[in-house]
Amino acid sequence: MDSIILQILNGLDKGSAYALIALGLTLIFGTLGVVNFAHGALFMIGAFCAVTLKKILTLSSVVEDPTKTDFLGKPLKVATPYVESWFGEATGAALIDWAVPLAILFSIPIMIGVGFIMERGLIKHFYKRPHADQILVTFGLAIVLQEVIKAFYGANPIPTPAPAVFRGSFDFGVLLGFDPNAIIYPYWRMVYFAFSAVIIGAVFAFLRFTTFGMVVRAGMADRETVGLLGINIDKRFTIMFGIAAAVAGLAGVMYAPINSPNYHMGMDFLVLSFVVVVVGGMGSLPGAVLAGFMLGILEAFASMNQIKAIIPGIDQIIIYLVAIIIILTRPRGLMGKKGVMEE
Amino acid sequence: MSTSNFTRRGMLKSSAMVGAGVALPTIFTASSAAAYMNEPTGASVTLGFNVPQTGPYADEGADELRAYELAVEHLNGGGDGGMMNTFSSKALKGNGILGKKVEYVTGDTQTKSDAARASAKSMIEKDGAIMITGGSSSGVAVAVQGLCQEAGVIFMAGLTHSNDTTGKDKKANGFRHFFNGYMSAAALAPVLKNLYGTDRNAYHLTADYTWGWTQEESIAAATEAMGWNTVNKVRTPLAATDFSSYIAPVLNSGADVLVLNHYGGNMVNSLTNAVQFGLRDKMVNGKQFEIVVPLYSRLMAKGAGENVKGIHGSTNWHWSLTDEGSAAFVKSFGEKYGFPPSQAAHTTYCQTLLYADAAERAGTFNPCGIAEALEGYEFDGLGNGKTLYRADDHQCFKDVLVVRGKENPTSEFDLLEVVEVTPTEQVTYAPDHPMFAGGALGSCNAG
Repeated sequence: MDSIILQILNGLDKGSAYALIALGLTLIFGTLGVVNFAHGALFMIGAFCAVTLKKILTLSSVVEDPTKTDFLGKPLKVATPYVESWFGEATGAALIDWAVPLAILFSIPIMIGVGFIMERGLIKHFYKRPHADQILVTFGLAIVLQEVIKAFYGANPIPTPAPAVFRGSFDFGVLLGFDPNAIIYPYWRMVYFAFSAVIIGAVFAFLRFTTFGMVVRAGMADRETVGLLGINIDKRFTIMFGIAAAVAGLAGVMYAPINSPNYHMGMDFLVLSFVVVVVGGMGSLPGAVLAGFMLGILEAFASMNQIKAIIPGIDQIIIYLVAIIIILTRPRGLMGKKGVMEE
Repeated sequence: MSTSNFTRRGMLKSSAMVGAGVALPTIFTASSAAAYMNEPTGASVTLGFNVPQTGPYADEGADELRAYELAVEHLNGGGDGGMMNTFSSKALKGNGILGKKVEYVTGDTQTKSDAARASAKSMIEKDGAIMITGGSSSGVAVAVQGLCQEAGVIFMAGLTHSNDTTGKDKKANGFRHFFNGYMSAAALAPVLKNLYGTDRNAYHLTADYTWGWTQEESIAAATEAMGWNTVNKVRTPLAATDFSSYIAPVLNSGADVLVLNHYGGNMVNSLTNAVQFGLRDKMVNGKQFEIVVPLYSRLMAKGAGENVKGIHGSTNWHWSLTDEGSAAFVKSFGEKYGFPPSQAAHTTYCQTLLYADAAERAGTFNPCGIAEALEGYEFDGLGNGKTLYRADDHQCFKDVLVVRGKENPTSEFDLLEVVEVTPTEQVTYAPDHPMFAGGALGSCNAG
């Protein structure tokens, strides 16, 4: 029982990342009709926003310490972050420690800007082109973006830890009456799950309860009629692209402490997120969220030793296996709507 | 009735066979004028540096390339000479190799076997590379070593730690300076015994490919021999990025030691996840839970940040060594590039010097002459103490370093500290050791 609870918890944080990326993907597909293979790169750029803010906060003045030597026997260069010089050691250190949560604010305008440039500069020229063209151009864009990041930050992962207060883990087992150490779960993963729930809730609320959201939903259902009513739906869809980019970016920012960001992390999530979108139903927002969590949890279960002992290698194929079963039994996905991608 | 033996069918068959023979690619066939593959005829000789320039090990590849460029500079008489000054052999004079200026071409392995073979093939076929060296993965090393054997050029392996490279996949044209999984286990086991005792339960997480398998086998055998129990061996996909599902069951398994047979991004992520799950803060079976990373790399340790503190592993070489050779190399590399070299840089630099030295001593670039000069060759002054290139399997035998993640690093490079230098005798094994069984060295191929 404790193993089951543990794997459900493990699946929740992985599912949170899948759900957030898939939410943006399906939002773009539902509004603009574009299959955006560069969406994983937006997740990666988000994570590198956290890396960048940490680098900015640790920009330092360098003085030589003649009492110590470096690896060449020269006086050691000691770096003191400017924020510690300006705001005092304690405040400066706290700012650096909280770089990841602060990066949420830092990343939102950057991600909206990146999304806006991406949509206006490239993707809008492919609206009327076949999906295959869209996939090719966005996939190419994803490769360009990751190579740009690699050129600046290198290929190795860059450690970007969570604030000290969120490091370590919580013993759920004791809380639920199990033995100590039976169900251990890191604090930051709990934060990630809660954060994802808030973002998903905010996106749904925005689409449900605002006039802007109502127009966007109407546009998703029948773009032509909304246009005939004199509403500039393209402008709103461009804004939605920016919002989708920001959602992917935020997912990346908060994921940075879970696994050290590297230039390839977007690609690692991209294919799985597409499977999530297809399983959830193309263009269906609740479907993307549901499928994200479902596949995340199933993936965690497939990694259990007991399951792998029965079906070796199941952890590597489970998502695709489930996707095949669902597509065979429900061709439009879990919550897909008739007519979407069926023309 | 004709009595001729010529028939239309026979004629067609013969023509097809002759045509196929003529059309056979000339690659891997030394021209009739040359005595061996890519025999240098001009004033220069070309070496092929096959390193990961893209992909997850690109930073390691970049460091290898820096070391190669430094080695070429030193061989051609530039710079301060680096380890040429401390090398026990004095055959190298700083005038290239056998009087020919050393030039080089580079290839990108992408850490993919097929891409690495393609780039090596291109360097041999199009650029006339006389020797191929480099790489940052055992899968790649085994693949390229096989290609070089077929092609008739020498392969001086880069960073490859699988037992198989000089075990079941060894080749007469291939040589490895880097240590291997067995040596890591032999060096680590006594240190772990002293630190954690003999009553321990180990849980292995292993990257699911040749290197992971052989390292797991080596570590499990060495720790079981000193009394440890192996609770579980779990294979993880090489492409895995989040190891939480694999790490979560560890605490509940009764294990009190987690062995991470992971390298590169896998190591960074699995170690980070393990620390996030609080494994290192737990007491299991009345003992402090411990994590071991058998193969350390400073470049990778940097990616794991503070999570490496206090964690033990092994390494082929470390820049903090104070012997004459290491000091010369660190100075030379550090002054040129502004930071200390990695173990990948060290092994590739050494391999280049060893190849050049062998050519000088043999008086030829013929791969068979060079192989003969390297086989059973004993040398010193290259940072690892007295070293033997064993003739039986073309594996270097030298001291192995046991290292620990440093608690209070003084710089971004100061991540590991050497806790023990394990002497060569302790990590030496018989050529017919079961972990290295299968396959044969074969005979040298000169193309």
